[in-house]
Amino acid sequence: MALVELRNVSKIYRLGEEEIRALDDVSLDIEVGEFISIIGPSGSGKSTLMHILGCLDSPTHGTIRLDGIMIEKATSRQLAAIRNRKIGFVFQFFNLLPKLNVLQNVELPMIYSGVSGKERRERAMAALTQVDLANRARHRPSQLSGGQQQRVAIARALVNNPRIVFADEPTGNLDSHTGDAILRLFRKLSEEGRTIVLVTHDPEIAAVTPRRIEIRDGKIAVKVDPALAGLPRETSARAVSEA
Amino acid sequence: MSPLPLALSPESVRASSHIGITIQTGLREIWAHKFRSLLTMLGIILGVSSLVAMSALVAGMEKGAKEALIAIGGLEKVRIEAQDVPIEQRHLSDEAVGITLSDVRALAQSAPLVTQLSPEMRLWATLSANGRTFRPWNCVGVWPVAIQMNEHVIEYGRMFNEIDEEQARSVCVIGTATRDELWGAPEKVGREINPVGETVFINGVPFMVIGMFQHYESEQERKARQYAQAHAAEQKTGMTRNRGWGNGGRRGGNFVFYLKNATVYLPINTVWMKFRSGATRAAISSNNGLAVGATGDPRLSGLDLRIASIEVLPESLQQVRNVLMSTHKCIEDFTFRTQEDWAEQIHTFVRNARLSGGIIAGISLLVGGIGIMNIMLASISERVREIGIRKSVGAGTVDIFVQILVESLVIAVLGGLAGLVTSFGLISMIGSFSPTDNAPIVTLGSLATAFAASVAIGILAGIFPAVKASRLNPIQALRYE
Repeated sequence: MALVELRNVSKIYRLGEEEIRALDDVSLDIEVGEFISIIGPSGSGKSTLMHILGCLDSPTHGTIRLDGIMIEKATSRQLAAIRNRKIGFVFQFFNLLPKLNVLQNVELPMIYSGVSGKERRERAMAALTQVDLANRARHRPSQLSGGQQQRVAIARALVNNPRIVFADEPTGNLDSHTGDAILRLFRKLSEEGRTIVLVTHDPEIAAVTPRRIEIRDGKIAVKVDPALAGLPRETSARAVSEA
Repeated sequence: MSPLPLALSPESVRASSHIGITIQTGLREIWAHKFRSLLTMLGIILGVSSLVAMSALVAGMEKGAKEALIAIGGLEKVRIEAQDVPIEQRHLSDEAVGITLSDVRALAQSAPLVTQLSPEMRLWATLSANGRTFRPWNCVGVWPVAIQMNEHVIEYGRMFNEIDEEQARSVCVIGTATRDELWGAPEKVGREINPVGETVFINGVPFMVIGMFQHYESEQERKARQYAQAHAAEQKTGMTRNRGWGNGGRRGGNFVFYLKNATVYLPINTVWMKFRSGATRAAISSNNGLAVGATGDPRLSGLDLRIASIEVLPESLQQVRNVLMSTHKCIEDFTFRTQEDWAEQIHTFVRNARLSGGIIAGISLLVGGIGIMNIMLASISERVREIGIRKSVGAGTVDIFVQILVESLVIAVLGGLAGLVTSFGLISMIGSFSPTDNAPIVTLGSLATAFAASVAIGILAGIFPAVKASRLNPIQALRYE
């Protein structure tokens, strides 16, 4: 059984008379341990897909099963608990709480899962060690560079040992060198057995992952753009510019 | 289709385990905006302290009024006084007997609900001794029982007894006001004068002072006097001068206590024997000009009686009335005066003062609550993104609701505690520019009530912002800039 099973999922927004199908009958399986990227231009529906996969939003139609749980039937409280235990998020803008220090930021998900204070600190430190930032535990996010902040965000995403990690344009706000470091970190995590979903508009970044899904107009493109098919970088960049 | 595992909704565990962190977060949030939080708290501080101060002032007044009520004999005391004959019996007024000693005997015989009877024969007297004169407010001929009836306590000497009464001896017991006027007050002469054994002329007739009552004063007066004693050493320098018509500061304070101090007791028989012509002017003025009633018995100016208990007041009065109607040949030339009205007035006054003061203080608490709500709304609109982040890492609706509510509550609780401390300052400030006879009394109940009110206001003010925050859509909240 796949970790995530999406079946005929649609998300429809209504703007007055007009009906906008942000997602249109999408079906998708993600297996345990997969490293997968969801790619598509802005407005294609990839963010909506990630929000639905990440239990931040619920679909209009269709069913989702995450780790055996029927998501579309869950209450908002249950969704919160699922986000807390099963899912980790990494965002483009890091989304750390500026008033808390690095350690407290990493501890945050465990507060909502009721982990005791001592264990919380130990696990947060372990997660920070994983991203090589144990020595910055007492710093404020504003005292860290962008790459370091993103690593803190990754530590926070991992700290509750989630079944799946979603990264939404994790390098979008970083320079290419730092971005590469972050991508290497994700690859390392993938090699350690994590299930990671990378959402991006950038085919170069998508090229890192073994499996790619392209979203176009709310649907999964049947034929993956050759530029995204794991071709060498120069080729893929050219392909995109031609398109 | 496996059902949702139980592990996903252990809300109780979560709520209890992170309430400490939630409070910590609230404190951090308040600390981060120190000045703003202080201003917000100020509303609650003022509300709580004015609530406590108001309640303390009213409690002080109530205590003073009750002290005075007890000083004049308490609620069980009933006074029977002469009254004009009612209009439909006017033609019988020649027959009216007035209140006489035979009424006293009849009541003692036939009114079991009356436990004590004290006849009074009032004398408009001028006392002179030691080259000075004084007209006491209350110079009356009484039985020895009057001392219990009117809650007097003998400080020096003794009360006159049945033998003095029987033999109509020329003896008197005076209050401190008389002593102060004739021989000098302790504050003025610097020592307590014991007038027992002195001779005083009452309307020219020599009487021996055989006893003096203690000095009656309210709690407040006693404290003021003790304070004055403690500071007696600080003599004023410069020329001594009379600072006006006041007579030494004793007179201020509670009027009831002054009147009680200005009492002179004589045996009733002595008054009758020596001052027959002038004794019952009170009765003369209201009746047909005779010192004796239709039966020839000496008329009394009044008759105090004490009933068994306040619960049987109506029954007792009816009993007394029945007896008196029989001795007065059904002519209703008497009336009852009870302290019920006074007690009622105290009660009404206290209730009204509490209510109006409470409403005003409540309004200021409400304003404080609105301030909290306002600042919480501002705070959550600043923190939309934070709420989005918290939701994305697994905070549920309840968690966010609790967090905002706790923040509001923390402001209110801190404000409430500060308000309790401030209230003592406020009370002494009010006392300094509007001194009352009655020291304010801060009761534990009023402190608890005010604090509970601030907590309730904090919760109420937090609910709306908390609901608003907890309903934020995490996706939109995360996009919020």
